Amino acid sequence: MKFLFSKYIAFLAITFISLFSSSCKEDPDTELSLPGSVKLEFDNIVGEDALVLDDQEYTTANGDQFRVSMFKYYISNIVFGKADGTEYKELESYYLVDESKPDSKLVTIPNIPAGEYTSLSFTIGVDSARNVSGAQTGALDPVNGMFWTWNSGYVFVKLEGTSPQSQNGGLVFHVGGFKHPNNTIRVVSPSLNGQKLRVEAGKAPQVHLKVNVLDMFQGVNTIKFSELSATMGGANSVKIADNYVNMFKVDHIHN
Amino acid sequence: MVPTCLQRFRNFWLLAVGLILGACHPDAAVAPEINLSVHPINFPKPVYSYQNNPLTPAGFALGRKLFYDPILSKDGSISCGSCHKQFAAFADLEHKVSHGIDDKLGTRNTPALANLRWNPDFFWDGGVNHLEVVPLSPITNPVEMGADLGQVIRQLNRDPNYVVAFNKVFHQDSINSQQLFRALAQFMGELISANAPYDKYLNGQQDALTAEQKQGLLVFEAKCSTCHKPGLFTDFSFRNNGLDATFTKDQGRYHITEAPTDLGKFKVPSLRNVALTAPYMHDGRFWTLEQVLAHYTTGVKKSATLDPVLDGDLPGIALSETEKKQLLSFLEALTDESFIQNKQFAEPQP
Repeated sequence: MKFLFSKYIAFLAITFISLFSSSCKEDPDTELSLPGSVKLEFDNIVGEDALVLDDQEYTTANGDQFRVSMFKYYISNIVFGKADGTEYKELESYYLVDESKPDSKLVTIPNIPAGEYTSLSFTIGVDSARNVSGAQTGALDPVNGMFWTWNSGYVFVKLEGTSPQSQNGGLVFHVGGFKHPNNTIRVVSPSLNGQKLRVEAGKAPQVHLKVNVLDMFQGVNTIKFSELSATMGGANSVKIADNYVNMFKVDHIHN
Repeated sequence: MVPTCLQRFRNFWLLAVGLILGACHPDAAVAPEINLSVHPINFPKPVYSYQNNPLTPAGFALGRKLFYDPILSKDGSISCGSCHKQFAAFADLEHKVSHGIDDKLGTRNTPALANLRWNPDFFWDGGVNHLEVVPLSPITNPVEMGADLGQVIRQLNRDPNYVVAFNKVFHQDSINSQQLFRALAQFMGELISANAPYDKYLNGQQDALTAEQKQGLLVFEAKCSTCHKPGLFTDFSFRNNGLDATFTKDQGRYHITEAPTDLGKFKVPSLRNVALTAPYMHDGRFWTLEQVLAHYTTGVKKSATLDPVLDGDLPGIALSETEKKQLLSFLEALTDESFIQNKQFAEPQP
C-alpha cells in the first residue's frame, strides 16, 4: 500500500513538472498550454462618426436625418475557429451590448483553449431555444427590457430615436422574432482581415469591432423612414435583419 | 434473514427512486386533496413539469403570497387575484374585460385559471409561450398592473419577509425576476381542476351525473368535443368561431403570427368550471351560457377564416331546445367545487 502511494505521488510530481515546463515554452499551440481569454470591443459608429446618443444628428443612405436615443443588441454563441477547421464554442453565453452602458461594450470570453484562431463568428440575437425556455437571468433577464411581454421572445436589436422623415417623428426599431417566416436570428462571421488571435494563459487578445448603425438601414433593403419607422418583429424586422448581417466589421486586433 | 447484496442493492434503488419521486412530486404535501393518479385517462402529459423549478411547499406558498400581493402593481392597488378570483374559478365575474390600475380597461376577458401546466401557450391569442413568463404580461401591461419589472424586483428586495422567503426557496443572495416568475409558476401550476362531477362519473361513480347530464354528455361528445376535447376540454387550437365578420377591433391570433389565415382566431378556452366563469368569449360579450349556445345555433357569422367545423349553408351547430337544455345541464357538471373551495388556493391570511 505504502509503495503504491509513493509511486502515485511520483507520477503526479512528474505530471506537474512536465506541465510546468511546457507552459514555459514559446509555442502557443502546444496542447499543454493553459487556456486564455479574448476580449471583444464593440465600438458603435454611424458611418465615419462615433455614435453619440441624443445630441448628434446623422444621415442615412436614403438621405433621412435621424438621432439615436437608444441602441442595444444581443451577441451570443461566440465561436472561434482555427485554420485546421477545429472550433471553440462558448456555450450558453449571452451578452447585451448597450450604448448607454460603457462596460457592456467590452466583452471578455474566458477559458478558450490555447492556440491560434483565424476566425470569429457569433449570433446577432438569441438562439430560438432561449426564446422558449421561460424565465431567464443575467443578460437575458426580462428586466433588461429586451423581452416582448405579449408575444414571447427577445428583441435582438433595439434602436430608438427620432427623425423628421418619420410620420410620427419617432424611430422604434425593435428587431426580433425566431419563428419562420419572420426569423431574424443571424449568424455572422466578420473577417479577421488575415490576422490571428493568439490565445494562451496570461494574454488577452482584443478584437475591436466597429458596429455601423447605418447598416441597419442600407444593404439589401434601403430603408426610408417615411415608409418604415417602427418594427416590432414580423416581416419588417426581417428587412432590417437582412441588412444588419453586415453591421459588424473587425477594425483591428491587438494580440 | 440477512439480506443479500443484491437485495440490499434493490432496496437502495427503491429508496432512491422513492426519494427522487418524492422530490419531484411533493404535491401531496402541497395539496393533499389533489391526486392526479385518479384520472390519468383524462389528462395527457403536462407541458410544464417544473423542470429547473422543483416544486416545494415553500415555493408554492411563496407563489400564493405573490399572487395575492398588490406589490406587483405600479401603485400597489392590484394583485393577480384582483381579477382572477377563486370563487369564479380564477376568472373575473364582474367585468367583460380586465380592469387595471386607475380603473383602466383592457381589451380582453380575464381568462379562468386551471390546469395551466398543460397549456402549450397562453392568452387568447397564444402569444406567450411558457408558463413562467405569463405573469410578465399583466404585471407590466399599462392597463393592467402597469408596473416596471425592475421596480417590482427592487421593492421585493427591500421587503425583509420576501428576502427570507425567496432565499428559503431559491437559496440565492437576492431576488431576481426568474425567482419571482418561478415561484408564481409553482402556485399557478398547482391550480389543478379535475374533480368535477364529470370526473367522478368517468371514474365509475354512476350517480355523479344526473340523467339529463348524461344525455348532455352525449350531445357534447357529438357536437362540441372536436374543439373542447374532453379531459382538458380544449384542443388548444386557435379558431374563428364566427363571432364577427370583420376583425378591426381585435385581430386575435393574427396579432401574433401576422398570417392572414389567423385573422379573428382565438384560443379555444377550456370549459372546466365554465358555469362559474361568465362572461364568455375573448371580449366577454355574452353573460350567459344560453347566449353562448344561441350564438352557436343561430349567430355564427361567415368570414374567410370561419372555422370549417362551423361553416356550411347554415353556419353553426344544429341544436334542438332539448339538446341545449341537456348541454347546459352537462356544463354544470364541469364545476369543480373542491377546486374553488380549496383553502390552499385562497388568499393567505396574515
